[in-house]
Amino acid sequence: MHAPITSTTRLPIGSDADLAWVRQQVRQAAADLGFNLVQQTKLVTAASELARNALVHGGGGHMEMTVLAEGAHRGLRLSFVDAGPGIRDVELAMTDGYTTGGGLGMGLSGAKRLVKEFTLDTRPGQGTTVTIVDWVSGLPAPRTGAP
Amino acid sequence: MADHDTAPGTAKELGAFLERRREQIAQRWADAALFRTVFTVSRDEAVEACKAVLDALADVSRSGRLEDVEAPGFGTVRDQLGRMAAARARAGFTPVQIAGEVAGLREPVTALLRAEFQDDADDERVTACTQALAVLTSTLRLVIMETTVSAGEELIARQRQQLLEVATPVIKLWDGVVAVPLIGTLDSARSQVVMESLLEAIVDQRAAYAILDITGVPTVDSLVAQHLMKTVAAARLMGAECIVSGIRPAIAQTIVQLGIDLGSIITRAGLADALAYALTQQGIVVSARPVTEAGPR
Amino acid sequence: MTGLPAMHPGPGPVPVLALGDVLLVTLQGELHDGAAEQLQHDISRRIASSPVPVTGVVIDLSGVEIIDSFLGRVLAEIAASARLLAARTILAGMRPAVAITLVELGLTLPGLSTALNVEKALSLLGRASSAAPTAHLEEGA
Repeated sequence: MHAPITSTTRLPIGSDADLAWVRQQVRQAAADLGFNLVQQTKLVTAASELARNALVHGGGGHMEMTVLAEGAHRGLRLSFVDAGPGIRDVELAMTDGYTTGGGLGMGLSGAKRLVKEFTLDTRPGQGTTVTIVDWVSGLPAPRTGAP
Repeated sequence: MADHDTAPGTAKELGAFLERRREQIAQRWADAALFRTVFTVSRDEAVEACKAVLDALADVSRSGRLEDVEAPGFGTVRDQLGRMAAARARAGFTPVQIAGEVAGLREPVTALLRAEFQDDADDERVTACTQALAVLTSTLRLVIMETTVSAGEELIARQRQQLLEVATPVIKLWDGVVAVPLIGTLDSARSQVVMESLLEAIVDQRAAYAILDITGVPTVDSLVAQHLMKTVAAARLMGAECIVSGIRPAIAQTIVQLGIDLGSIITRAGLADALAYALTQQGIVVSARPVTEAGPR
Repeated sequence: MTGLPAMHPGPGPVPVLALGDVLLVTLQGELHDGAAEQLQHDISRRIASSPVPVTGVVIDLSGVEIIDSFLGRVLAEIAASARLLAARTILAGMRPAVAITLVELGLTLPGLSTALNVEKALSLLGRASSAAPTAHLEEGA
């Protein structure tokens, strides 16, 4: 369906510094594709949440970043893969405020609200893959008052 | 494969013919509306444009890819064809009408083709060439239609953006006070633009107060109410206070029925009341000049 | 509108400046999780050990391009522990895109005070003399 127009980039998620690198790479790719500033910020934030999830709960893993093209539309697909214990109760994990780590419990549910497509694939004992997709909206960023 | 029996030899022959009769065909095409109304500087400009298209067609013919819209030969004129299609679209022509105009280009070429082979006894060659020409013309038509459609999409996206911008002006009411008077139905896309423009204005104007006036909004559904709440929350995070004014009784009732809590939001009856609130909060007092002191000498 | 294109990935500690009885922290660019937690401890320690009682903490966020739930939690906790030590925390200069994202994320940080910029934050704390909220401005005439 989605025909990738460039190859997939793979980034490791194993430390704090890796999270920062993931954020920077996603920001750069989103900016290059023409996402507006608000979209970029939402996407980078979602990536940060999911990468941290993979690090904290999944014991690390990696992110795959793929540029998508569908006609004239451009998009970005990010997959966060870990080989951790998996999520036992997906419904509970997706609830606002539910946390097993030290955060505010907004990671999964919050990330889902920030992007257009969100899929979670998890098997107890075999790890978790969260994939998000966002498309460049047809509308450019609103002009600001600056002349 | 539906090749229409276009033998490579025939395609090459057509290519050679287009090259040979370049000048004559271009002269005829230049008077067609498709070229005449787009290249308006001079007739020579139109003729040059025709020649560019002809060269591309001859190139495609020589490559034998008469049916291929992706044939490299079209690459050189794709931009030009796009501009032509866009100009016709702006003039109010539908893609079908534009396609009709492109199809019309075939006739003068067919006439020339028949004239050239008039004395030729080999009737089959003429038929094969005209058939190849028909195939090539319909491919050209597809190439142009493709650019028409994308030009149309671009136009719609641009107009939509302009409409959104026109419909959501952010006004500076006072030093440190900005307002958006919303008029008409709010959908999700527009709510988003309103939110972003208002927040940008808060930064640009260093506004501590932002007024969302919904006097002109006929109805509010739960999605719009949520967007309003989000705008207020985002403004607060930035250090500005949001005031919602002009909530009509019917809308207030809807909001209550939807179970949405606007309790944490400052509301005022009208834009003027909201401005008065913002000024009072900043300790600004606006009063009429005492009549006795008035009157410069 | 203008996102700073390049950010220096500084994993080092964030400096905390003292302006009289106010602590000023300027966050910039990419902040590692470790540095954020370190900052939280630094601020608590500075408030507790300050020779002058600290009345306010101003965190300048104008150079921050994203705040996720982790950094959101750190900010909320800084404010909560400062409050226990009788100091008020004000977040200053959050960018529109960051604010929109935080709201979508579901983090509205209800207990935190905010200001458009550092100057306004200081005046909220009663520090700056020029723009006191009770001043009568003349433009109404």
